[in-house]
Amino acid sequence: MATTELLTNKQKPQYEVKKSMSMAAIKVIAYIVLVLLSILCLVWFYLLIINATRSHAEINTKFAFLPGKSLISNWKKMNSSSLNFMRGLINSAIIALSSSILTVYFSMMTAFAIHAYRFPGRKFFYVFILAIMMIPTQVTSLGFYNMIVNTFNMKNNYLPLILPSIAAPVTFFYIIQYMRSNLPMSLVEAARIDGAMEVGILNRIVLPLMRPALAVQLIFAFVGSWNNYYMPALLINEPKKRTLPILIYSLRSAAEKDKDLGVQYLSMTIAVLPVIVVYLIFARYIVGGVALGGVKE
Amino acid sequence: MSETTNTNTIKHTRLGRNKWGYIFLVPFFVTFLVFSLWPLIQTIYFSFFTKYTTQMFEEVEEFCGLKNYKEIFSADTMRLFFNTFVLWIIGFVPQILVSLLLASWFANNRLRIRASGFFKTVIYLPNLIMAIAFGMIFYLMFARSGPLFHLFENLGFITGDYDFWAHVGSTRILISSINFLMWFGNTTILLMAGIMGINDSLFEAAEVDGASQFQVFRKITLPILKPILVYVMITSLIGGIQMFDVPQIITKGMGNPAGRDIFKTSQPAIKTVIMQLSASISKSNNYGSAGALSVVLLIVTGILSFFVYLSMVHRDDNDK
Repeated sequence: MATTELLTNKQKPQYEVKKSMSMAAIKVIAYIVLVLLSILCLVWFYLLIINATRSHAEINTKFAFLPGKSLISNWKKMNSSSLNFMRGLINSAIIALSSSILTVYFSMMTAFAIHAYRFPGRKFFYVFILAIMMIPTQVTSLGFYNMIVNTFNMKNNYLPLILPSIAAPVTFFYIIQYMRSNLPMSLVEAARIDGAMEVGILNRIVLPLMRPALAVQLIFAFVGSWNNYYMPALLINEPKKRTLPILIYSLRSAAEKDKDLGVQYLSMTIAVLPVIVVYLIFARYIVGGVALGGVKE
Repeated sequence: MSETTNTNTIKHTRLGRNKWGYIFLVPFFVTFLVFSLWPLIQTIYFSFFTKYTTQMFEEVEEFCGLKNYKEIFSADTMRLFFNTFVLWIIGFVPQILVSLLLASWFANNRLRIRASGFFKTVIYLPNLIMAIAFGMIFYLMFARSGPLFHLFENLGFITGDYDFWAHVGSTRILISSINFLMWFGNTTILLMAGIMGINDSLFEAAEVDGASQFQVFRKITLPILKPILVYVMITSLIGGIQMFDVPQIITKGMGNPAGRDIFKTSQPAIKTVIMQLSASISKSNNYGSAGALSVVLLIVTGILSFFVYLSMVHRDDNDK
């Protein structure tokens, strides 16, 4: 560190060499750390899939890095078990798809309202939406549960899990940021002169232009709903209507004698894999979307 | 830009086309009123009542003032906040350190990390995994018959009669490891965006002046990143308060294992605030204390959010 101060011309070349050497050393350390962290991130999914192909007895006795031969028998056992994961997959898909579409469409509509029109209270509504952004759903869950279960008698109904996604402040915030830099109002004006209705403009001009942002937000909303355990666990108790997270929780509390580890690993693979596949396809856009959220303006 | 909207041509209503602004806001606000605001008002209402069953098996609600709130400050409930905080901090400290390190490497032009896109993709992946599944995977892997248990046993780190899930310390560390794995990639990407925003000429000037890597980091990167660090820390704290899925599945909702009890309470050491809230709502129908707990959470989150807002305003000032 002393070499960094008061360099004379004579010392400089020596310092440069030292510097490039230390740079190379940092680079080596950086790669080692990155590879180790990557392994730490991926090893769980590797072990999950490997163990989904092994039998209960094999898993119980020793560790293995290579797949076994019991995938098909695990699959058959899983489908005959009382915890129906294929049904859970469909249930989760129904809820996650409908709520993510609602989230994205209505967030776009809300963002368009604030962005494209000038009306009294506009600023207030905008600040209000930002202010409620951080309220956790758990805070209102007691009143929500009471309303759904005691007032509307809608336990085991998917609507209370889907409809609230219309109001999604975080998605709104991402979309309005994107709208500010990617929606030329001149296009909207031109469509108006051509006699387009406002709803038509939203659907035929704004929606196609917003597509990249909407796609990323659709994935985030889908994953958020797919992985959600808290609210569904409170509202769903009918076996046929259980979603994947509830089924996974049931694996944990299943009686000791019903436990087949191969089946458990396979069931979890089914719950986790769809999200991994979607992520790997769209990773570039998703990682970009996260960075976008970081530079809030 | 849209001030130029043709208000001149439309005179029949005062707002004209701009009334569509209100119409397009209707779905959001109706949904918010029905599914968030009204439940919130009810939650606050419940927090002032106590519910009990009479000898005739009738449920009676009775106004009890601030009694439910006083109970929040009892050792039993404070223990829950303490438990949650411990789980959060064990994961957060390595998370912020590792993220800072990775972000400074990724953003360093002279280091030129290859395949940085691949690494970013990989480290962000755990964030999208169902937390409850992650918890279950860890539970099975480290259980007495689990693959990693066998691995550690073979390597001689543990003996065959050890149980990761029977000790408070190991359970806390494993739960926090999941939180670390799920969030360090996200934090790295946020910090990177911040570092990328730093003017390159600053780094160049420092290099000309002969500053070391560490000095550049201390004197340039860190001060400029401060607002983002504040933002990351507070949003992580808000997320940490909500910790539920992982400890819930690992301890089967019980919050066990029971460890050394510094609070001398009956609360187990891994039970978090939201685990208690969820149990009060669904199992014990204890609406009064659940309501008071919700209101306290709302206030705490509100204060923390205000700091997020301040850190964002501060960041804007830096930009201009």
